[in-house]
Amino acid sequence: MSAVLLRGAAEQGLIYSLVALALYLSYRTLNIADLTVDGSFTLGAAAGAMLTSLGHPVLGLFAAAAAGVLAGMVTALLQTELKVQPILAGIITMTALYSINLRVMGNRSNLPLLRVETVYTLFAAALPETLRPWGKFLLSLLITAAVSASLFFFLRTRLGLSVRATGDNRTMVSASSINPAFTTTVGLALANAMVALSGGMLAQYQMFSEITLGTGMVVIGLASLIIGEVIADLFVRSPGVGSAILGAILGAVVYRIIIAMALSASVSTSDLKLVSALIVTAAISFPAVRDRYRLFRLRKEARRDADA
Amino acid sequence: MKKIFAAILALSLLLTACSGASSSAPAPSSQPEAASSSQEAPSASSGETLKIGLVQMMEHPSLDEIREAFLAELKAQGYDDSKVVIDYQNGQGDMGTLNTIAQKFVGDGVDMIVAIATPAAQAAAAATDSTPIIFSAVTDPVDAGLVSDLEAPDRNLTGTSDAIPVDRIFALADELTPGIKTYGLLYNNGESNSVSVIRDVKVALNAAGIAFEEATVINSSEVTTAAQSLVGKVDAIFSPIDNTVAYAMPNLAQIAIEAKLPVYVAADSMVNDGGLATVGVNYTQLGKQTAQMAAEVLSGKPVSEVPVQVLSEYATVVNPDTAAAIGVDVSKYVK
Repeated sequence: MSAVLLRGAAEQGLIYSLVALALYLSYRTLNIADLTVDGSFTLGAAAGAMLTSLGHPVLGLFAAAAAGVLAGMVTALLQTELKVQPILAGIITMTALYSINLRVMGNRSNLPLLRVETVYTLFAAALPETLRPWGKFLLSLLITAAVSASLFFFLRTRLGLSVRATGDNRTMVSASSINPAFTTTVGLALANAMVALSGGMLAQYQMFSEITLGTGMVVIGLASLIIGEVIADLFVRSPGVGSAILGAILGAVVYRIIIAMALSASVSTSDLKLVSALIVTAAISFPAVRDRYRLFRLRKEARRDADA
Repeated sequence: MKKIFAAILALSLLLTACSGASSSAPAPSSQPEAASSSQEAPSASSGETLKIGLVQMMEHPSLDEIREAFLAELKAQGYDDSKVVIDYQNGQGDMGTLNTIAQKFVGDGVDMIVAIATPAAQAAAAATDSTPIIFSAVTDPVDAGLVSDLEAPDRNLTGTSDAIPVDRIFALADELTPGIKTYGLLYNNGESNSVSVIRDVKVALNAAGIAFEEATVINSSEVTTAAQSLVGKVDAIFSPIDNTVAYAMPNLAQIAIEAKLPVYVAADSMVNDGGLATVGVNYTQLGKQTAQMAAEVLSGKPVSEVPVQVLSEYATVVNPDTAAAIGVDVSKYVK
């Protein structure tokens, strides 16, 4: 595997890690299976690409995040006010977003950014010559670090703690006179903002936006999140928010690296989905397998002691 | 147990990283990367095999046809297995995979990238601005941002476009079934090739003073409903080179034949599946022309001097069974 491929995998991993972080917030913390992700990812890409093509790449990223907030709020509204099942609410929003995304891109399904300035080209131009090939990696790293630091500190604020509590025990939260509908909305809005920001970054990274960009994003995000949890679990004694966040980022990067390795080892791309499924299965089942193995060892020792 | 697992993981990562070198020549990790270095004109100096990275966006009969014709013609041009090594990758319609494939090609130091279909070309363009990229089956290269001017490529990209000659299709329609006042446009507005063609179609119809009704679909199962919604409102249906409609072509044909509506399409495979007629792009010819351009660039011609080629030979294809069913005389075009 070449250095370019490895670096590219790391760059993409960092961009997609925001999706994993968002799923950490919505799936792990809030306990909501939020399927809006497929739609809000593309929404972020569409909004970001549209503004970038009009000459405002940095504003494009902020617009992407703002669009994600709106998408999250819609899903939250469906869940809290209209009492729609969380999964269904996500699916409804995702379906509606398909049409909206087409309109955002100006009734096109493909918006090229090859000939306009993107945040990546602007950043690379500001770097010294020798560092330029690392421009994309560094910028992705900077943005991801900023977002994850913000998430980490947010989850320690009063509002953040309320959001965490809502995922744990809704009744307790409302008994403490905190409005769980409000905290759910905040959580989903933030999560989808991160997903949309990820989409906006990806569109500028690959220099085009496509309507199909978000397809399967929730699966990729979950896979990254779970791989990250397994890795974090291995190395950290007492898991907390910080290690979970780092784990999610690492998981996303590892996932992309594995895909890149499979590709350079000449695994046919049509088998990549199978490879992904196997990786996720291995990662998810690891705790169960480990516990089984421990039980097996325990039984063996007990038998040995009984015989002795 | 934890340590053993961690050790196994680390070892397998290490092994795979090393074994990855087997698919391409020793990984060129020592040089600073090609992406931002100066222009490299591929040298066909004797004894050195050239590497070509061939990326196709997805599995699709038309795209496969282009690829096979490309490979055959490249050999015929003198670039056989002794002179070129071709690394073929299929993106399976996934953008992330396309990006990774493009980065793999750049990292492997290929002398040329051949990209079939618009997103593949765009992903390749984002990965490198120095390695020559030849695209194929891009309906509107200017609109896709790949070139600013078809005659003079300003970046490292050139190739062939399968732009549809909509004027000729409508002229054919006028000839076979004169007097159409309203066309029904049936397509998936999520496919960029369809959207480009429909844009041209609307321009042509507006110029000719013919009205049109649009019926858009998102997936193949909606084609039946969309077709039924057009019956009674239009005199003929038009569908561009649209994958979604192509998959459901037999359904569309059945509804159209029952309603005696002529269906004009933009791909000959759709005519074979039941459409009435088309003046279509021959994908084998497209692949051949792409190979000829690739050969020119491989032999040293700079990309800027190889203008984008729009296909020049079109084939009028008709379906005699459909014609008989709706009472249209196509004997002139039956081979």
